[in-house]
Amino acid sequence: MDQHEHSQEHGEGTHIVSYARYIMIWIGLVMLTGTTVALSGMDLGRWIILTALTIASIKTTLVLSIFMHLKFEDKMYRYFVLIAGSTFLIFISLTFFDYAFR
Amino acid sequence: MAIAAAAHGAPEPDFYHAPSKHKGIFAWILSTDHKRIGILYLFSLLTFFLIAATLGVLMRLEMLTPGKTIIEPQTYNTFFTLHGIMMIFLFIIPGLPAVFGNFMMPIMIGAKDVFFPRLNLLSWWLFLAGGLLALVSVFLPGGATDTGWTFYVPYSIRTSTNVIPALMAAFILGFSSILTGLNFVTTIHRMRAPGMTWFRMPLFVWSLYATAWVQILATPIIGITLLLVAIERWFGVGIFDPSLGGDPILYQHLFWIYSHPAVYIMILPGLGVVSEILPVFARRTIFGYKFIAYSSLAIAFVGSLVWAHHMFTVGMSNTGMFVFSFLTFLVSIPSAIKVFNWIATLYKGSIALEVPLLFILSFIVQFCIGGFTGLMLGALAVNIHVTDTYFVVGHFHYVMFGGTGFGLFAALHYWFPKMTGKMFKKKPAVVSWFMVTIGFNVLYFTMFILGYQGMPRRYYDYLPQFQTLHVIATVGSWILYSGILVMFVNLLISLRKGEKAGANPWGGETLEWTVPSPPPLENFDVVPTVTTGPYDYSKYEAVQEAK
Amino acid sequence: MSSEVATATTQGHTHRDDAGTKLGMWLFLFTELILFGGLFIIYAVYRFSHGAEFELAANELDRLVGTVNTIILLTSSLTVAMSITAIQEGKKNLTLLLVGMTVVLAFAFLLNKYFEWDHKIVAGIYPGSPDLINKPQGVILYFGLYYVMTGLHALHVIIGMVVLVVMMFFVKNGTIHKGSFVRLEAGALYWHLVDIIWIFLFPLFYLLH
Repeated sequence: MDQHEHSQEHGEGTHIVSYARYIMIWIGLVMLTGTTVALSGMDLGRWIILTALTIASIKTTLVLSIFMHLKFEDKMYRYFVLIAGSTFLIFISLTFFDYAFR
Repeated sequence: MAIAAAAHGAPEPDFYHAPSKHKGIFAWILSTDHKRIGILYLFSLLTFFLIAATLGVLMRLEMLTPGKTIIEPQTYNTFFTLHGIMMIFLFIIPGLPAVFGNFMMPIMIGAKDVFFPRLNLLSWWLFLAGGLLALVSVFLPGGATDTGWTFYVPYSIRTSTNVIPALMAAFILGFSSILTGLNFVTTIHRMRAPGMTWFRMPLFVWSLYATAWVQILATPIIGITLLLVAIERWFGVGIFDPSLGGDPILYQHLFWIYSHPAVYIMILPGLGVVSEILPVFARRTIFGYKFIAYSSLAIAFVGSLVWAHHMFTVGMSNTGMFVFSFLTFLVSIPSAIKVFNWIATLYKGSIALEVPLLFILSFIVQFCIGGFTGLMLGALAVNIHVTDTYFVVGHFHYVMFGGTGFGLFAALHYWFPKMTGKMFKKKPAVVSWFMVTIGFNVLYFTMFILGYQGMPRRYYDYLPQFQTLHVIATVGSWILYSGILVMFVNLLISLRKGEKAGANPWGGETLEWTVPSPPPLENFDVVPTVTTGPYDYSKYEAVQEAK
Repeated sequence: MSSEVATATTQGHTHRDDAGTKLGMWLFLFTELILFGGLFIIYAVYRFSHGAEFELAANELDRLVGTVNTIILLTSSLTVAMSITAIQEGKKNLTLLLVGMTVVLAFAFLLNKYFEWDHKIVAGIYPGSPDLINKPQGVILYFGLYYVMTGLHALHVIIGMVVLVVMMFFVKNGTIHKGSFVRLEAGALYWHLVDIIWIFLFPLFYLLH
């Protein structure tokens, strides 16, 4: 019984992702890289930084959720990643309350 | 706290006498036992504290008269720098978590050790290495650092003194702090005893949990910032240097993004100690347990949003100043929640005026004074006038020393019997409390007045009109320092000659009081099962009601 | 969240607790994230104040080199992710092959980076160089950040390589196996973080114009 519960507890961690799925994600990542390079060649003006960061964020989400197994882990990890990410966003946005209004 | 009774076999030796594979001092400095590591921290930390406090007393002595009293101006600069670096990075930041968090937290949640015991030992080694490096930097050719503990650019890039060793020391100490935080979060998540749910955890553990998150999420910022200053000095890379286009104010932003939350790394465990000790000596369940627990998280969160209130006069945008001033005021809400709950806990309690409680009462009063002057400083109009004066020094010491420092003294007396198995002598302890409290207030309250009258901080010299107050403050520093010495001598003597303490001399209801004093190597013979929350004093409360 | 964790701890701690080890690793990754976060804040502020000069400076970087390096790192992330599946299936040799490929790709990345830096340094663009000092301040800041950020990232690549090589030894001598692979997972997590940081560095330095 004890052992059974134990293995269940780690059941989420032992989720096996198929090679095909990983490769699909990789193809997606490479295509997104191509997109961001292509877009940078166009004259997007001030939107260039926004599109570049959006694409980078999508790529990061893919890496986090599949490569780093966040999708298959306990929900707690997702909250934690969210906490860490928003901490950084808070730091940078509060800093800009100074710089954007100089 | 009710524990499912466990069958006891032959008494296990306590952790001081448990067999170890190493001999002599190696049984300590290579031990991965959280209790031994806690004691290692205690002794190294108090050593650094005494050095830094001595520097402080010498600085006060220098300020006794205008002009030179005992030391040269450059020595004075290095003294306040070293006093700051040591007190902050080597004493208050690690203070409560590394000593009492390490020793008590695993026991309080019913665990045998922290989750990563070897990492824990590494943290201590890093702490020691950082501390020694900071000390060594004083004696290296080039001269001791004279930038102040804040390492502000561009001066820290230009000065010829040993800034890099000091920066590296702070960097290593930050790493040590991160590892402790990481260890504690993992321990609290993974190692609580059966039935020890989140809301049955002692409040000290809650405060450590909140602190640990701040350590993890804020410390790396100072790491990279100090590293960048070192890189600028080494390679002449343009990052903060204004002559290369850099922005020194950006350095200050980054420095305070960590260093303001660091203030909460320092004070949160102190607040936790108050919540921990108060119910024991009021013989009353803590009032508003969940509010106190959540307010720790709230302080950790809101405290991370207010850093630029250190920079109101450096040339920030007005919008930035409004926003940060407003956010600063918000911190007072969770802080006040705690204070109100403490006072409500004392109300109608059967209060036992033991030494730990005395320190806690001083804590509460001084923390309130420190907090209110903090609000004054957070107000833009006042801040412009009193920034960089003794007012700030007074405020800072009221919160950090009057708060965390006194919390550490309280914890030291409260857990002394558990850690050593001996009771300390009460009379000298009360005397030391009295001296420390009086000396502290004479020294630092005077600073508020000095600052309000316009005495700038970090100045070596001053106008004669300030002398009376400087003399009063210096006398205060003597009383304070003597009080600290009395306290330490008393505890050291008690260590040898104190009476044997039982498992639970104070009548505490948390798990650490259910194990022998000092605890055995793995804390518990049988992993305890927890069935109620902490601070269950219903039996005392029933008696009190009957009266 | 609290209740799940609470029940998990009732198992006591004599068991190996892989979930806890992984939690510790994630917390460590957060510190790395914030470490680079500090640099990204500096980047954001200077790009905000010196936007045009940043774009000017970015012209000096070879977009193709950056793109190739991005693909290399993404592929190395793929191989190390696949190695987890391989170890879960108990395929020792395949695991070794995949982690080995990751290390080789990491080396290729570094080699590429070395030539790129070398090219810049030969062209007289390095911190404190007389050429750079005379350029507009935004350009000095851009290259300061370029060297620090890609340098720190390269340092992480080197650390990641060492970690993965150690993991290969563990796989080889059987310390890491089908029933116990949390260390390999932790190493892989670290490697993915290195990848994520590059995912942001790449557009911020190479794709400005």
